[in-house]
Amino acid sequence: MLALGLCPTLAVSISVSNGIGMGIAATFVLIGSNIIISLIKNIIPDRIRIPCFIVVIATFVTITELVMKAYAPALNRALGIYVPLIVVNCIVLGRAEAYASKNSVVNSFFDGLGMGVGFALALILISGIREFLGAGKLLGFTLIKGFQPVFVFAMPSGALLIIGLLLGFFNLFKNR
Amino acid sequence: MTIAKFLTIFISAVFLYNVILSRFLGLCSFIAISKETKPALAMSLAVMFVITMSSIITWFIYRFLLIPFNLVYLRTICFILVIATFVQFVEMVIRKISPMLYRFFGIYLPLITVNCAVLGIAVLNVDMFFINSKPIPGSFFYSVFQAICVGLGYTLAMLLMSGIRERLDFCNVPRAVKDIPLAFIIASIMSLSFFGFNGFKF
Repeated sequence: MLALGLCPTLAVSISVSNGIGMGIAATFVLIGSNIIISLIKNIIPDRIRIPCFIVVIATFVTITELVMKAYAPALNRALGIYVPLIVVNCIVLGRAEAYASKNSVVNSFFDGLGMGVGFALALILISGIREFLGAGKLLGFTLIKGFQPVFVFAMPSGALLIIGLLLGFFNLFKNR
Repeated sequence: MTIAKFLTIFISAVFLYNVILSRFLGLCSFIAISKETKPALAMSLAVMFVITMSSIITWFIYRFLLIPFNLVYLRTICFILVIATFVQFVEMVIRKISPMLYRFFGIYLPLITVNCAVLGIAVLNVDMFFINSKPIPGSFFYSVFQAICVGLGYTLAMLLMSGIRERLDFCNVPRAVKDIPLAFIIASIMSLSFFGFNGFKF
């Protein structure tokens, strides 16, 4: 589930700073939409709840986008169209549907926080591996002198390879 | 508006920046529904149709509603609402008109609302073909053409992937990477080979 939610954000996982930025943006959207949805869960008619959820989520995404444009324009340029795409992230809508629409405000807040932090950590892990192998750096600092970067990890295929292998490793430990 | 520009859009949307393999849009559905060829084809056709129609609709909304009223910052909310409504509408129409068509790809339609490719291409179109909130000449045709090409790229990747995964059913793969992890690794190799198209430039 978490793996599938990561999909569109993989594109920005080329450096750790991008990963952190995207993680914070997604966490903010998750917490905000979870709180609002659990507040208005009794007002929303059951049949049109999905469009209602999407509007709430899209509002928070727009807030995030505007704030990011104002205070971190460089990050906004780096993340590009992937900021508006948080709207269609499976995790955000999934948590709204599965958790926030059934639980109290405080619980929903912590659920959003937990999911957001987990999401951010996964993204930072992937972007860390990619930045280290693909550019030989971490957060812009060179770690090992004379390290020959493996260019393939900076390309889209590197992201897919890393997430595939990571999932494989997790399965390996789970099956023990 | 020249033929060369259309050709560039075609090559870059189908091969160079393939919507799935290089832009990562629609990756969820790509991994989830590519186990067999037939559903994969149905899903791709549905996605192609919805992407094309929604980029036509969003172009008009952006050009004649959001720009004149200075509401460009509302594009995310507007676009996703329009796409969701449109998809619901199409689903209802198909169910009424042709139950056979509905059985073929109707069940995939609700999934498309949350398909990143549809919203992604709508946003990408207005990013690429509007400069300072003004449409570049021929921007409508470019948008529609790009949407169709992206749909073709999606179909291509989907068919390749489902073909490979159908064969993989008969292979003995390690239990840990079975199914989803293996799909990601295959996608990675496919993405690498698509990267080779970077060689030809116009």
